[in-house]
Amino acid sequence: MKCQQCDKPATFHITELSGGKPQELHLCEEHARQYLTQSSGEPAGVSSMAAALAQQMVQKMQIGQTAEELAELDQQSCPVCGITFYEFRNQGRLGCPHDYVCFQAQLDPLILNIHGESEHVGKTPGRSSQGSERRTQLIRLRRELKEAVGEENYERASQLRDDIQRIEREKT
Amino acid sequence: MDLSELTSGSGEWLRGCGPEADIVISSRIRLARNLADFPFISRASNQDRGQIEKTMRQCIFGIKESGELLYVDVEQLEGVDRQLLVERHLISREHAESQGARAVAIDRHETFSLMINEEDHLRMQVMQSGLDLQGVWKRINRIDDLIEEKVTYAFQERLGYLTACPTNVGTGMRVSVMLHLPALVLTRQIDKVFRSLQKISLAVRGLYGEGSQATGDFYQISNQITLGRSEEELIQQVGDIVPVIIDYERQARDFLVKESHENLHDRVSRAYGILRTAQTISSEETMHLLSSVRMGVNLGLIRDLGIPAINELFIHTQPAHLQKLTGEQLDTADRNIERARYLRRYLNKENGDSRADKN
Repeated sequence: MKCQQCDKPATFHITELSGGKPQELHLCEEHARQYLTQSSGEPAGVSSMAAALAQQMVQKMQIGQTAEELAELDQQSCPVCGITFYEFRNQGRLGCPHDYVCFQAQLDPLILNIHGESEHVGKTPGRSSQGSERRTQLIRLRRELKEAVGEENYERASQLRDDIQRIEREKT
Repeated sequence: MDLSELTSGSGEWLRGCGPEADIVISSRIRLARNLADFPFISRASNQDRGQIEKTMRQCIFGIKESGELLYVDVEQLEGVDRQLLVERHLISREHAESQGARAVAIDRHETFSLMINEEDHLRMQVMQSGLDLQGVWKRINRIDDLIEEKVTYAFQERLGYLTACPTNVGTGMRVSVMLHLPALVLTRQIDKVFRSLQKISLAVRGLYGEGSQATGDFYQISNQITLGRSEEELIQQVGDIVPVIIDYERQARDFLVKESHENLHDRVSRAYGILRTAQTISSEETMHLLSSVRMGVNLGLIRDLGIPAINELFIHTQPAHLQKLTGEQLDTADRNIERARYLRRYLNKENGDSRADKN
């Protein structure tokens, strides 16, 4: 039998089980190696895998949702960093720690799909996680401060500056 | 300490010692961490990136245990120097190619590197020659603790360490062991190994990680899942499978020695012969031939060359290393000539014979 991609004899016979029905492949050593390293080596990086999964997830949701509902979901943005759900599913990368909270409904199934689990059981940092979440609010406050200064709303800016300093001083 | 000091050596992970060093090149663990009070990299402004870099730099230099550090501003680095760090596995390709403020801190022995502003704010890794995942974990866990004393990481009780990509959330940990598996490739059993690994959700990658070809018969085995299992469990999952693969590789080598000794010896000798006499040679062919020679040394078919020397050649014949070692910018054709010259000089000096170079 010849390799499906060149004239060399096929010495590798691969049955691909992932994705739909089983697929038979007959390849020479070189093409088999190429194929196997590609399919298992995350060709364009892990992030694209997340993006692909996110796309898949949206396709699944399409069954139960109207186009308007989807468009609405895509428009949803994180109050802390401002990233939209559309931007996330396009690049496969999140914008800030708070995205895990505000997109929880969408992310949880995705995370379960990737890891087969939904809860962390490993190492915990010495500091409290509440402290960590509180510090994430600094992202929003700094963003709002910049806006307030831009709008010359100095009263709001000084209020925000106080808030920021208070959180920054807190021992977490 | 500067970059040029790195070039001439070959770094910890290619030292060629430690347990199972004939087959296991290195053990490596990386942790992905982010600061709680900055957006992830994709949403970070230039100012944010600068702040993150500064915060992390101060933090890293504040750690006494880190010893003498080489701190490299990757943004300011020339292309060839960035490539050099990639070839040595001290930074990722993504880190080399991205834009904006970013840096890496490396210790003198190249056993750890801390990448700042990669996909996550901090990507730290510890590498060691041979198979010793426990030792590597102990070390990186300690470094992580020390950094965490000074900064607040993005962390949630339910999901663990929060990362820019949901594929890393939880422990943020990737455990990888790099293996040299020429006999499994030669006896065409490597795909069987791959498939069984995929079934238990382990990933297989080439020498230079994601998307790279498995050149030189080097394969990295690593965990794909990062959530829902403890660090120890993830280490054990990889640590349990590696001895099995080592055993397969040894069986395949035994088989080759017993069943086709002449062919094997011929293959190894020809590879050695080409490396010692070629006048122009690509990086790919070099890797391929060095792989045969490396196995030949392990099987006692070549006796005048050591594993550390071969490991060094794997690194020194890469494009950026070659250019740094010769001190010249070279195009592909010139590199191939220079690479052949370097190999002839090195290999013929190694066994006290300089005739081939005079031809």
